[in-house]
Amino acid sequence: MAEIEIKAENMVYSKPRLITDEVMHYCPGCSHGTVHKLVAEVIDEMGLEGSTIAVSPVGCSVFAYRYIDVDWIEAAHGRACAVATAAKRLNPKNLVLTYQGDGDLSAIGTAETIHAAARGENIVTIFINNAIYGMTGGQMSPTTLLGMKTATTPCGRDARLNGFPYKIADMMAHLDGATYVTRQSVHTPANVRKCKKAIRKAFENSLAGNGYSLIEVVATCNSGWKLSPVAANKWMEENLIPEYPLGDIKCAELPKQ
Amino acid sequence: MAEKDVKLMKGNEVIAHAAVRCGCDGYFGYPITPQSEVMETLMELRPWESTGMVVLQAESEVSSINMVYGGAATGKKVMTSSSSPGVSLMSEGMSYIAACELPCLVVNCQRGGPGLGTIQPSQGDYFQACKGGGHGDYHFIVLAPSSVQEMYDFVGLGFDLAFKYRNPAMILADGAIGQMMEKVVMTPQQPRRTEQEIIEQCGEWATTGKGARKQGLVCTSLELKSELMEKINERLQAKYRLLEEQEARWEEIECEDADYIIVAFGSSARICSATVEQARKEGLKVGLLRPITLYPFPSKPLQKLAERGVKGFVSVELNAGQMVEDVRLAVNGKAPVVHYGRMGGMMFNPDDVLQEVKKNFVK
Repeated sequence: MAEIEIKAENMVYSKPRLITDEVMHYCPGCSHGTVHKLVAEVIDEMGLEGSTIAVSPVGCSVFAYRYIDVDWIEAAHGRACAVATAAKRLNPKNLVLTYQGDGDLSAIGTAETIHAAARGENIVTIFINNAIYGMTGGQMSPTTLLGMKTATTPCGRDARLNGFPYKIADMMAHLDGATYVTRQSVHTPANVRKCKKAIRKAFENSLAGNGYSLIEVVATCNSGWKLSPVAANKWMEENLIPEYPLGDIKCAELPKQ
Repeated sequence: MAEKDVKLMKGNEVIAHAAVRCGCDGYFGYPITPQSEVMETLMELRPWESTGMVVLQAESEVSSINMVYGGAATGKKVMTSSSSPGVSLMSEGMSYIAACELPCLVVNCQRGGPGLGTIQPSQGDYFQACKGGGHGDYHFIVLAPSSVQEMYDFVGLGFDLAFKYRNPAMILADGAIGQMMEKVVMTPQQPRRTEQEIIEQCGEWATTGKGARKQGLVCTSLELKSELMEKINERLQAKYRLLEEQEARWEEIECEDADYIIVAFGSSARICSATVEQARKEGLKVGLLRPITLYPFPSKPLQKLAERGVKGFVSVELNAGQMVEDVRLAVNGKAPVVHYGRMGGMMFNPDDVLQEVKKNFVK
């Protein structure tokens, strides 16, 4: 195949500067790659490359540090918000963010997440909610829908056996210390643009010292859901988004003492 | 010469004072008896107004140790304190900290276990402190204070060793040392390191933000390739061998001519020093070897004593017999080694120990 020459004036898009050349391990169709790209773009656009400390989780995005070229701390499962709390308090000028999935954040890390938000820590959490444990092979997570089949709910999630799913973002919006809580997705170009704006808003909120920001991204796990990328997007629109509706949940000022 | 800064204080209180004075950057803790005075004292001292030190009450020990992890990863001088059940909760985080080779200080003011146990003093966490506690092959540097002055001194020493070896350190105290009041000579206030000094000291690994660096740094303990993970383990083990060669500390009391040696640390060693006096009055040649570092364990002096012909060793501990295993390994069959201890928060007195020496060795 002949090489296509791209002239500078025709260049409308390129890989974000802070995304490394490492081959991503994410499955085709997974939302992580898109969200990584947005995070890298916003860090770069806001001039925060030198001052960002990011905390990666345990889960599919455990290797996030391989893909976005900033300083990273890899936390134990669920502990990212505790790690970020100290990193931020001891380095108050830095942008400190955590990147976590629904198992990490809303199961094993519930306490660390809620208390960081309740204290109004000036950190940002990017929460990828695909309603399943991706890395360990598709088990039920706290956000798995009722009736949804997973490796540990082979007949579908049954509330009597497995309990109910819960909306941690809505819960956290009740906390005084959490001032920006929003739910986004990246399954259409319009949603990608909205999500990027939300990330920027959260970073600004954090740098202004206005407390804790949470961006939940309702995301696909086509491997875990056993659907093609296109079918996964459709399934997400029809099932997951009605349960986890998109949009800002809370935009507020940090209450005065 | 300037007048000495001498105070009368509880062991737990001096931990707080020593932390502020040695230029500690952050303390993260959770209340638990018998060490709650550490955080209470810090909150009274308000070091955030003087040195800029951060003091934060976490929602659990799980969280406080992970705050220590996050702070240490950025090159800061950070610490936590707790007591036995709380330290069990911290074990996961401690394994991560050791794996990432992060300097920090953890104070365990032990209470009697297992389980919720009691709030009275114990030394039942020797295994946990010295043999791992959390998962994987790792070691903390473990310092065992036997006085309030040592509680003070070991905060600075713990940080110095932790940064020298890029390895976490622990002060393994107990409820007795933490709660008792004693004279303490305080050191002058040291400034906290500046951002520039931190970068000079820790710039190769501290995730302070890329700044002028070309590439981001990553603090992680994850390595999925077994052949590389083995290399990481080998590097850690080489560091532990170096620690064993260079950093074992101990005190010998009347050991030169002793026929019988008591091995004891922390509050037990204080009691046993009275046993030595009592025994000597009775004409019995008893000496005391007090390990100051429990890891690295002072095996060499014990080995020498055994080779010199000591007739018997008693490992005296407030537990069911933990350090005795290290004493046996050091003595290596050259003399009999027995254990004597009390559990569950109970203490022995000097005479109990003397009777034990006589019962086992003096026919």
